[in-house]
Amino acid sequence: MRIIREFTKGFTTELTPFRLVLGLCPTLAVTTQADNGLGMGLATTFVLVCSNVLVSLLRHIIPQKVRIACFIVMIATFVVAVELLMQAFFYPLYQRLGIFVPLIVVNCIILGRAEAFASKNPVMYSAVDGLGIGLGFTLSLTVLGGIRELLGTGALFGHPLLGASFEPFGFMIKAPGAFVTLGILLFLMNLLTSLGRKRAH
Amino acid sequence: MEYLVLVISAVLVQNILLAQYLGNCPFLGVSKQMETALGMSGAVIFVITLASVITWMIYWWVLIPLHLEYLQTIAFILVIASLVQFIEIFMKKTMEPLYRALGIFLPLITTNCAVLGVALLCIKNDYSFGEMLVFSISSSVGYALALILFAGLRERFAISRIPEPLQGTAIGLVTAGLMSLAFLGFTGMT
Repeated sequence: MRIIREFTKGFTTELTPFRLVLGLCPTLAVTTQADNGLGMGLATTFVLVCSNVLVSLLRHIIPQKVRIACFIVMIATFVVAVELLMQAFFYPLYQRLGIFVPLIVVNCIILGRAEAFASKNPVMYSAVDGLGIGLGFTLSLTVLGGIRELLGTGALFGHPLLGASFEPFGFMIKAPGAFVTLGILLFLMNLLTSLGRKRAH
Repeated sequence: MEYLVLVISAVLVQNILLAQYLGNCPFLGVSKQMETALGMSGAVIFVITLASVITWMIYWWVLIPLHLEYLQTIAFILVIASLVQFIEIFMKKTMEPLYRALGIFLPLITTNCAVLGVALLCIKNDYSFGEMLVFSISSSVGYALALILFAGLRERFAISRIPEPLQGTAIGLVTAGLMSLAFLGFTGMT
């Protein structure tokens, strides 16, 4: 039972980057297209699951005082692995994501999960926690990328959807569009939550 | 002239915060008050410049001769983390007032992706030592500029009536978007 809860919280109460405002830089930067968001999300999920498992396995061995440095080294190792894997198998995606692939190291979600969850919980739960949070992050990025791609270019995952008469809204795929879209999505989520709470009363 | 173009481009046109989306977590986190924004800006300028110089030297003088370029991510983050720690200890011993002003912001900087981001951009763009120095200083000045302007705007939020669901980060992001739109107006200047 608890396993299921640890998994689903990544989509509900701890949905990054909406519920916990963490990991904003990749969220804003790579979501010009839905498939960039998907790729970035999956790369982050891979690093998150691996680092959660390793941190959890070593949680009794790592001395308390140097734990943050140890976490960063472990995360960086997995990020290098992802970088090399992406260069080998997904080179076009790797080029589009640019410096944001190495920057997964400093994504606060990963260090945050290592510190707040994996260093205190058994391996199984930590793996599931990483998977849930990571897939929630992937979903958010894909949705954000989808909205921006659809309005900015009239296509979704590279397939034209809105027809030739649609005038692309160039603002959406530029930097300001990223901030405004995320802000509006956050607003809508807050609004839905408060409406839901009112109904419950 | 070449350096002047680089400065204008890094500060205004390609502002690391508003055009390249680096360092957004502290941008939204510490910009609620002008005082903390000023402290963070000082710390960021200092650390980005120093970190870029050191990582540039490590890349060209250590990693390239040893053919270990693929280790740059791990090497850079270790350098930045230990550099931040070192600066903290050094400042505590020698520059007490500066330490008290910047102290609490220093540990936060390790996970500020602008530091690692600028270091990686210097390598990616194949900058020479001089270009790297100019680029890292002006990028961090651009960061400070955006952060201080944004803190000024955000202080006003306290006295304006914002609909409840928009409060906090949501309105912050929309405001950042409008600021980013203003900075987009500099495109084409270089």
